[in-house]
Amino acid sequence: MDPVRKVSNLTGNRIKEYLAEGKRFDGRKPEEFREIIIETGISKNAEGSAKVKIGKTEVMVGVKMAISEPYADSPDKGNLMVTAELLPLSSPRYETGPPRFEAIELGRVIDRGIRESKFIEFEKLCLKEGEKVWTLFIDIYSLNDDGNLLDAAGIGAIAALKTAKIPKYDEVEEKVIYGELSNESIPLKKELPISMTVHKLGDNFIVDPTLDEEDVSETRITICSSEGVISSMQKGETKELTSEEFNKILDIAEKTEKDLFKQLKTKIGK
Amino acid sequence: MTFKRQDGRKIDELRPMKAKIGVVPNADGSAMFQFGDTIAIAAVYGPKKMHPQHMQNPEKGTLRCNYNMISFSVNDRIRPGPSRRSTEISKITEWALEPVLMIKQFPNMVIDVHINILQANASTRCAGINAAAMALAHAGIPMKEMVSSVSIGKLDKQLVADVSKYEEDWKEGEGATDIPITLTNSGKLTHIQLDGKISFSQLKEAMELAKKVTKEIHEIQKKALKEIGEEQ
Amino acid sequence: MSEGKKIVIPGEIIVSGDNYLPGEGTEKRGKDVVAIRFGLAEEFDRLIKVIPLSGVYQPRRGNVVIGKVENVTFNGWVIDICAPENAFLMVAEVPRYVNKDGLEEVMDIGDMVVAKIWNINKRGIDLSIKVRGLGKIEGGMIVQVNSNKVPRIIGKEGSMINLIKDATGCNITVGQNGLIWIKGNTIDDELNAKKTILFISDKSFISGLTEEVKKFLEEIKK
Repeated sequence: MDPVRKVSNLTGNRIKEYLAEGKRFDGRKPEEFREIIIETGISKNAEGSAKVKIGKTEVMVGVKMAISEPYADSPDKGNLMVTAELLPLSSPRYETGPPRFEAIELGRVIDRGIRESKFIEFEKLCLKEGEKVWTLFIDIYSLNDDGNLLDAAGIGAIAALKTAKIPKYDEVEEKVIYGELSNESIPLKKELPISMTVHKLGDNFIVDPTLDEEDVSETRITICSSEGVISSMQKGETKELTSEEFNKILDIAEKTEKDLFKQLKTKIGK
Repeated sequence: MTFKRQDGRKIDELRPMKAKIGVVPNADGSAMFQFGDTIAIAAVYGPKKMHPQHMQNPEKGTLRCNYNMISFSVNDRIRPGPSRRSTEISKITEWALEPVLMIKQFPNMVIDVHINILQANASTRCAGINAAAMALAHAGIPMKEMVSSVSIGKLDKQLVADVSKYEEDWKEGEGATDIPITLTNSGKLTHIQLDGKISFSQLKEAMELAKKVTKEIHEIQKKALKEIGEEQ
Repeated sequence: MSEGKKIVIPGEIIVSGDNYLPGEGTEKRGKDVVAIRFGLAEEFDRLIKVIPLSGVYQPRRGNVVIGKVENVTFNGWVIDICAPENAFLMVAEVPRYVNKDGLEEVMDIGDMVVAKIWNINKRGIDLSIKVRGLGKIEGGMIVQVNSNKVPRIIGKEGSMINLIKDATGCNITVGQNGLIWIKGNTIDDELNAKKTILFISDKSFISGLTEEVKKFLEEIKK
């Protein structure tokens, strides 16, 4: 079923015609991101949090921690669970009800990016081997969808993780003292894993689509990489890619991730 | 002897409030309302055709509210998804708002109000109702007047306005009684709930206190709406 | 705020007095004229109205609107005009003969059309494209603004929109429902027209808007 208020054929065609001249409706170049605004520590009750705005798209990400038993096949490692919710508040396209596929994919793609890049040092999240480990919950919420929730969520997750503090743990009572944070950060690798998506519209490739551009995107690839090393990738939607097109996408991703990384390093700091 | 509140407030003093409209560009109307550390945002979509068809009401429009707390709005993470509590509060919110909405002119249509609590320090349903009222006005829905909501508490024997989480858990003496109340600007009651222990006469006093402080909340809501020119 | 008009909220008393009449968006309660919608209060010779600043488009008979074909039925097209209800264009309201099997050839799902609302009743909104200048649109691009900004974008007797047309050389059709069709000679001209329209939409409150728009048009031409 077509999404509510999908872009018209007319405008969709115009978008592609403009792109053929290297132009986009909002004046950006094909490989240019909208303005990215990152605010961290915006939630008093989360251990780590971030609000990310890319143009008019806005997401809010929170990190919560809890003590649990480790998985049987990794008795000395902490756990990670990433969940995304496309709030009905954020778009007329989302309704209340069980999570739609897009929300599930969003959570899983971000999860994969963080997990495969080995960004989180899970062995350092073990309190007692086989019995007690920290579980990290990363919860992503869309607040306004104007395209590219995927990349906004990726930035938010990294920013929230980077600025999170581990809550105090009462050894005697054996429980977490929520509301009281220690000075310890989550054990993370130095290199930030950057996740970004390249879209194919007609014969052109763009990054950071607005909602209208996303509606005419024929296929997309989300690539998560850290300092030139790719850790995860996902191709979505139905159009096929030639090997030249695939290589072109890799080139665009490699270059754009370098720029994004510079931006994020200054905006998230440390 | 004057009663001392944990955060130093007077008994009829509300926490610092903040309100803003237009926080969700995609929505037909939206607003944020804050009591101290409790933050609620509301977005309105509609009026629009009601689906599924069998739920359409040919006599008037339908108001449909959805209240949801995000997982990290509280210290102990909430598993995402609806709960019985959020379902009840969604209905309570509809009842609190509908009396002032003039929706007879929208037969077979629905007005969706989505409320999300981003951060909770008690009085979340009240903050949600305050945000929703502003969002509905912002969406251009015809309304007889505005509504404002506040939680009146009774801590042991003392009535206080705008209960914080600390006060919600009051254990001394008669404990805590929590009374969320929603009043229209002209003082009519559209919503009240109560749990705790209170006499009939003291409840009437609580209502008078609510009438007094909801006027302050109304001023905050009015100011936020009138700032629409500046927020662009 | 512009020229002495004030923003009012539902339940607010705008004026009080026996000789004031309650217009759209208001209600008389005793002597008071009270706002029942959020917007700008205006007085026209003792008639008090509230002009909405936000909210969904409320369709009116006679409005020219731009919409998207959502569905093709046996006798017409269902059109989304970004209103609370969809509108319907009957085959009979098209100025040429349409074969009952050939509706999709005239207009298909996803196509955009400029039409006039000729009737609104309990069953819905009826459209017509019989008048010249109406019909399916091709090429160009669509910009969407809140329908309440349309009067500002058109300007007094079209003065504002003509400013933009002259400066960019574009053909511009403004739908009362907030959808605007721009078709120019070059892509840059279209983008400039779009930017200007969005500028007006953002700054619709200020006075002296015409001067600001003239300056804006000069700037973007560089």
